[in-house]
Amino acid sequence: MLSFVLKRLASTIPVILIAITACFFVLRLAPGGPFDQERALPPEVMANLRAYYHLDDPLIVQYLRYLGRLAQLDLGPSFVTKDFTVARQIGIGLPYTLILGGSAFLLAIVGGVIAGIYGALYHNRSGDWAIAAIAMTGLVVPNFLVAPILQLVFGVRLGWLPVGGWGDGSLRFLLLPVIVLALPHIARISRLMRGSLIETMNSNFIKTATAKGIGRRRVVLKHALRPALTPVVSYLGPAAGYLLTGSIVVEQIFGIPGIGRYFVNAALNRDYGMVLGTVIFYMALIVLLNLLVDLAYAWLDPKVRQR
Amino acid sequence: MTLYADKRRALEEAFAERDAEMPRGKPRSVTRDALRRLKANKAAMTALVVFALIVLAAIVGPYLIPYDYETPDWNAFTAPPSLETGHYFGTDQNGRDLLARVLYGTRVSLLVAVIATTVSVVVGVLYGAVSGFVGGRVDSAMMRFVDVMYALPYILFVILLMVMFGRNVFLLFAAIGLLEWLTMARIVRGQTLSLKEKEFVEAARAAGVATFPIILRHIVPNLLGPVVIYASLTVPEIVITESFLSYLGFGVQEPLTSLGTLISEGTDALGAADWLLLFPGGVLVTMLLALAFIGDGLRDAFDPKDR
Amino acid sequence: MGFSFRTFTSALALSTLLAMGAAHAKELVMYNGGDVTSLDPHKLSGDWEDRVEGDIFEGLFTEDAKAKPIPGVAESYKTSEDGLTWTFKLRDDAAWSDGEPVTAEDFVFAFKRLMDPKTAAQYAYLQYPIKNAEKINKGEIKDLDQLGVKAVDDKTLEITLEHPIPYYPSLLTHYTAYPVPKHLIDKVGDAWVQIGNIVTDGPYKPVEWVPGSHVLTAKNEHWHGGKEKLDIDGVRFLSMEDVSAGFRRYQAGEIDLMTDYPKDQFKFIQENLPGQGHFAPFAGLYYYVFNTSKPPFDDAKVREALSLATYREVIGPKVLGSGEPAAFGWVPPGMNNYPEEGARFDWAKDPYPQRVEKAKELLKQAGYGPDKPLDITLSYNTSDNHKRIAVAIAAMWKPLGINVSLVNTEVKVHYANLRQGDFQVARAGWLADFNDPVNFLDLLKSGIEMNYGRWSNEEYNSLLDKASTTQDLEKRAGILEQAEKIALDDDAALPIYFYLSENIVSPKIKGFEDNVFDKHRTRWLSMTE
Repeated sequence: MLSFVLKRLASTIPVILIAITACFFVLRLAPGGPFDQERALPPEVMANLRAYYHLDDPLIVQYLRYLGRLAQLDLGPSFVTKDFTVARQIGIGLPYTLILGGSAFLLAIVGGVIAGIYGALYHNRSGDWAIAAIAMTGLVVPNFLVAPILQLVFGVRLGWLPVGGWGDGSLRFLLLPVIVLALPHIARISRLMRGSLIETMNSNFIKTATAKGIGRRRVVLKHALRPALTPVVSYLGPAAGYLLTGSIVVEQIFGIPGIGRYFVNAALNRDYGMVLGTVIFYMALIVLLNLLVDLAYAWLDPKVRQR
Repeated sequence: MTLYADKRRALEEAFAERDAEMPRGKPRSVTRDALRRLKANKAAMTALVVFALIVLAAIVGPYLIPYDYETPDWNAFTAPPSLETGHYFGTDQNGRDLLARVLYGTRVSLLVAVIATTVSVVVGVLYGAVSGFVGGRVDSAMMRFVDVMYALPYILFVILLMVMFGRNVFLLFAAIGLLEWLTMARIVRGQTLSLKEKEFVEAARAAGVATFPIILRHIVPNLLGPVVIYASLTVPEIVITESFLSYLGFGVQEPLTSLGTLISEGTDALGAADWLLLFPGGVLVTMLLALAFIGDGLRDAFDPKDR
Repeated sequence: MGFSFRTFTSALALSTLLAMGAAHAKELVMYNGGDVTSLDPHKLSGDWEDRVEGDIFEGLFTEDAKAKPIPGVAESYKTSEDGLTWTFKLRDDAAWSDGEPVTAEDFVFAFKRLMDPKTAAQYAYLQYPIKNAEKINKGEIKDLDQLGVKAVDDKTLEITLEHPIPYYPSLLTHYTAYPVPKHLIDKVGDAWVQIGNIVTDGPYKPVEWVPGSHVLTAKNEHWHGGKEKLDIDGVRFLSMEDVSAGFRRYQAGEIDLMTDYPKDQFKFIQENLPGQGHFAPFAGLYYYVFNTSKPPFDDAKVREALSLATYREVIGPKVLGSGEPAAFGWVPPGMNNYPEEGARFDWAKDPYPQRVEKAKELLKQAGYGPDKPLDITLSYNTSDNHKRIAVAIAAMWKPLGINVSLVNTEVKVHYANLRQGDFQVARAGWLADFNDPVNFLDLLKSGIEMNYGRWSNEEYNSLLDKASTTQDLEKRAGILEQAEKIALDDDAALPIYFYLSENIVSPKIKGFEDNVFDKHRTRWLSMTE
């Protein structure tokens, strides 16, 4: 088991390296630099700044220097938010992204599975159709459209919830951003769950169990649920990735200082170190989450476990 | 109705496994079969008609209305919809007719989606066919690369590409197509592998037919199903990606527009000029819903066992 | 520093700290636009950073409620006969927030640090009027002691200038002229700006800073003005990019003061939030720059034709909606040491159709017409406002037979292109740093970075040089006005409108006075619960 985990982790190092290299060169080839701004700097000052951050070295030297520093777990300085190192800034932003993404992840699973079970058990009835309709809407309406509408309705008009900000990090502040972030995934998971449960309920071993006279509720919870969950679990890996990166818009609209927002701002500001730092963290998180999902998958599916 | 969790699952389950035992040589009948099933699916057929109408409107609509998409009406800035002035959808903040802009925007959104989808289909087919046909170490190296690409956080790379190709949106979406071909490559590889073993391929080989004609004659016809489904799933994904980039301020160059740009402009006017959001938003949601139903219907048609 | 578990936990601790901060007594919550990039006055660039910095630091001069310069740390000052030497007497009670006194040495240290090339201060050039400052900053003089700033004693500071400048007090209110705590920087170096280390000499001090979220300030009990004079306990400066989302938070009462607003909501604000929208003249110019080094814009006729055909009167009221005044001159109204209305285009009062006719005529003379249309590109950086104006102006030029392709790029790319002369017509803007017309006129001087169009006129340059040595203010104003007229006659660039400051202020806030510099230091504001 442990060796499986270690092997998986080791195999991701080249992936991360490729991503770093790609990011590094794409960013440097992109037009504009971190010190281009509305008020042009005298060439001498620009030269001072570039020398200060070693941007005047050949690109390959800069690349190797970056890798060297990375090997010592140093992510370097931020060119824009000058008083913070990249590592420190990510350290500040990461908890927000994790809390936001984690809550949305939980909501997506719980909400999606419950809606899916309901849809399967009452399938082709009005409740099922209602859920399907909501799910479809959740899937096709972009989140930068859902968020303002929810803000306007629940924050401004009704005044039930804060419109934005993190406040004290309590549920009140989390509710809207988490819902916006989770909505499309609730939709997807509920559809997956529904389809898979219907299929399972039609399979022979469930028919046998029902024939034996076991109650419907018990059949669903004890026998059908676990096998039916497999496709849901296999979706959780990609879902975790979508949730993490999907928080970019949500963080902007709700004014939450997560690393998604850092990433976008850093890319626009050509804050090279910051972009690379956030990409590394995103990749690491996604790899980790996928690994967890694989372990959960093994637990659910005996066939995989034996392999 | 089964709504897919993600594209990879939807396609690979439907095709990769099943194709191994499919009868070869008469691919048309499979397609005809599928079409028959599709015609029986009312939801999908309605969606198809709706989608066709939207496409038709986007293509011929601009020629039928009295206003063009770029000339301001100096007497009507941000004017609400009105039958008298002929601005049936109202005007935008620059006094341009919103109906004309929605029609053009739909056209552009579809165009970028088609570009990205075409690029990814072409690359995917070539990559998969080569990988499957050559086999051996090359194959496993190529597939390893696909795995690596899957692990990259898609949206982060879209943003990096945007930084790179910010000026030309069509080029940008061609580049985005280069991030999307992975699923296609896998399916094609699977089909190629199973096909390679067939007697008639060996016979053709023995008769001296070159590799490429074999791929062309025997594999490509079988790809119609996966390509159509793949497109119906990719197009909405790209349309949403495009709208996401527009929200970040990277839409197409003015005076052209896209649905995403129109919506993100409309969101700012929420509460003050609702029509600016309502019309483009309505078209986008309708279009995406239609595509979702079409994709659903197609998959059911090509893969009857998983209903 | 590597990423460690400790940074992680300290960040978590920080978010708990946030929770406690929420229960502040009289906290003003401000939508402050961009992210504050540094608290170090030598490493800033944005007006949103100035809002924070002006509350926590105080220079020799500071601003009153109307943004007029008043003595700050300086108690009194003397100017020498030739206007070159300024001697400042510092207040005895001026102190840093750790109780240490603010000394003349702090100022000397700050100015040297600002000019030191190693600091790489972005706005060092603003203080180039100080003797030898430019040469030191550009590395021509290595000895920092050559800088014309001297501490006579602990509380007396002497500054020598290159040439006399009448607006010097106004320039001294700028953040590049703030003192920095020498005693602290000597001890901890660059880490002095970290929360926990930082000490400031203004009415407030920073107590919390979450990048991407906010900076929070609290009263500085050592400030010489006395903390009992301050009504507001602290300000939460929010970093937010999405102004529409910010406005929704304002509507819900979560934000008390917006320094920007979603343009589409202008009518809504006027109708539903009466008295809360403050739209006032602002010392800033929005303009288009022509690349005069390449055809077709090396031809003044083409430039004039485009300028004539720009229907400025509709931009403010219709395209932007908030009624920005049309710019027919280069220097915004209301600047010190200058007539209220400086030079204007000769044709400024002509009706628009007549201007268009003249523009067509000029284009014809320049060799363009229906059979030889003019194809140009118009570049602007990503923003709703810039987009709308560009679209409108392109439509105004179209009847002349000019085909405009719009090029929208991110702000970094836009200014890189401007710097490299890679454009034809491009959007630019300027906000005054100090209260004097040369602030704007310098933009068109040869050899200045911000002169993106590379327009060059000998007479113009020599007039500006002459003005800089003229002590008689009236005469100086006359010379400057002459220069402005030359720039307008030759259509050096295309002024479009003068900015309005746009603040949405909650009725809870009192003492908010509109002014041309859009500076509203918190010490002058009060707030009812």
